Amino acid sequence: MEVLRIATSGSVDDGKSTLIGRLLYDTNSIPQDKMEALHAASKRKGLDFTDLSLLTDGLVAEREQGITIDVAHIYFSTPTRKYIIADTPGHIEYTRNMVTGASNAQVSLILIDARRGIVEQTHRHFFIANLLRIPYLVVCVNKMDLVDYSEARFNQIVEDFQQMLDNAGFKGQEVKFIPISSLYGENVASRTGSINWYNGSTLLEYLEQVSFDHEDRNHPARFPIQSVIRPRTTEYHDFRGFAGKVASGHFSVGDEVISLPSGQKSRIKTIEQFEKQLPVAHARESVVITLEGEIDSSRGNMLVKTNEVPPQLKEISANICWMDQLPLTPGKTYLLQHGVNRVKAKVQQINYITDVTNHVQVTDKASMTLNDIGRITLKTAAPIFADPYQSNPANGAFILIDEFNNTTVAVGFIE
Amino acid sequence: MTNQINWEFPQALEDEAIYILRETVAQFEKPVLLFSGGKDSITLVRLAQKAFYPGKIPFSLLHVDTGHNFPETIEFRDWLVNTLGLDIIVRNVQDSIDQGKAQEETGKYASRNALQTVTLLDAIEEGKFDACIGGARRDEEKARAKERIFSVRDEFGQWNAKMQRPELFDILNGKINIGENVRVFPISNWTELDVWNYIVREKLEIPSIYFSHEREIIERDGLYWPYSSFLNTTADEVPFRQKVRFRTVGDMTCTAAVLSEADKLEDIIAEIMEAKISERGARIDDKRSEAAMEKRKQAGYF
Repeated sequence: MEVLRIATSGSVDDGKSTLIGRLLYDTNSIPQDKMEALHAASKRKGLDFTDLSLLTDGLVAEREQGITIDVAHIYFSTPTRKYIIADTPGHIEYTRNMVTGASNAQVSLILIDARRGIVEQTHRHFFIANLLRIPYLVVCVNKMDLVDYSEARFNQIVEDFQQMLDNAGFKGQEVKFIPISSLYGENVASRTGSINWYNGSTLLEYLEQVSFDHEDRNHPARFPIQSVIRPRTTEYHDFRGFAGKVASGHFSVGDEVISLPSGQKSRIKTIEQFEKQLPVAHARESVVITLEGEIDSSRGNMLVKTNEVPPQLKEISANICWMDQLPLTPGKTYLLQHGVNRVKAKVQQINYITDVTNHVQVTDKASMTLNDIGRITLKTAAPIFADPYQSNPANGAFILIDEFNNTTVAVGFIE
Repeated sequence: MTNQINWEFPQALEDEAIYILRETVAQFEKPVLLFSGGKDSITLVRLAQKAFYPGKIPFSLLHVDTGHNFPETIEFRDWLVNTLGLDIIVRNVQDSIDQGKAQEETGKYASRNALQTVTLLDAIEEGKFDACIGGARRDEEKARAKERIFSVRDEFGQWNAKMQRPELFDILNGKINIGENVRVFPISNWTELDVWNYIVREKLEIPSIYFSHEREIIERDGLYWPYSSFLNTTADEVPFRQKVRFRTVGDMTCTAAVLSEADKLEDIIAEIMEAKISERGARIDDKRSEAAMEKRKQAGYF
């Protein structure tokens, strides 16, 4: 069974949590006791309807304010597939949590309030979906009930969005527009008949048919080594295996590989998954690889095929999203973590900060502050072996860690 | 809709969990696996076995024994540890009470659930554990739905929900300051059904109380409570025998039973698929308030 990961985003009061509640409710995914708790909680708040958003806002502070602060993960299944929804905050000050939630998604679901149309947040969310190169974009025009289910209003919003797409979309991105009312369940998992001019699929029908993005299996083969397994027991005295998760592409027994950075060559002897021996390991599979000859490899190194060696980078140009309260200052040293490999890196320059609403690059900024997105240049203490994010996302992203307080301060996408 | 589901276990979940376990061992000096004897921690043990094979599991298990466990759970724990040749550290809540660090609750709802946090934090400090691997899942409860895979706790074990580190892609940042530790949740993205399905696929043994059996119970607040000497009962709460099983395994004072005839894994799965009540609906400890779990997490609960 496959797992489809969806990230939802919308601005305050777009009805995002209600939409998720509706999806769960209509797929019978809310158990009776949770439903009763929702009825009771809604009543306590003085509401005369069951507020489905209370289902996902898991923190006291969120329920108090009626907003989403941090990513919540929600699970449901249909006979076709398992779904994981990362419900992310819409508030601008929680953009970093939105990027967190969206980073693993194959589908980005953007909500627009039919009365308000495209707002600043919509631009930001669209920009982030593009930055992460999420292949599927579903635009749900919500609260259609409040605009009398007007086709003209829906078309206007689609047209406005289309303009944004023309300016900033990327090749291969699939975009779908759906008019919905999450409060009444129209076009979420079923049709209630209020929108007769729309013949397209409901949201759930659309999600059920989205094809899985297995593109990473066709990318160059990359195997970041997490650890070396050396049991040194009598039975496995000479066993020396490299444990890791295939980042992209695939490896087969007999493939000639190079270990980076040492540059030593060898051949794959076995690919093991617990007690099983596999002929081939694909992207995202956790395995142990053993090699024909003894070569020098350890955690943070990478095995690649000899005919697909990635570029060796010491000076990196990358788009980043800054995620810390303390601003980024050029000249400061951070730890750069690319996959499972960490190196010191110094920020050389802030090339520009992007004004995501107007798609303008602002070049005269001396620092980047929380939630800023922009282009920087970094110099690393040792080379990293990364692909451009656009051509191989699984080997093209990194995080920056503050050396003094150890927190994650930025996510970067290599150009 | 749920009863039509084809429950083929999503392999991606195992690959992800193994990756997380390997990162934990690589990034921390002294990880430990928090073992309760329940199905989720049994699943973790299996994953750890697979992640480091053919090597041994490179960390100990830690069991915080409240003294109110089901005897079947303890029996199972000892069997598993012996069979797989694992290291286990057991720390007792009773010792924390005797040392005056924790105080027994009173009244008919008295349980040691909150008390075990004291014992856990002491054990973490004593063992100098910098990473505690736990079997919590995000589908269990809405505060858990918010938690990261590497969840940083301060010196007092507290979770600060508003200041969580961003966690991007599968890049895990396990760097911490002195005194801090991390709670690691490798099966965050699994649901209750995923766990059961994995138990079937891997042919894992589990404690007998998960299967239907006859036991003395009392009825209280619409739930079936296992009758034991640990439970404070009132005069009108008369125990009776009934065929039940447990869907989740905590203490005898905070885990309710469900009426069930399911005595095989397949029947249990069929029952869960049709169940109208969530897994934690049988956890009396969650019913104390809407924010019960968030409050316990802030206090250092796992």
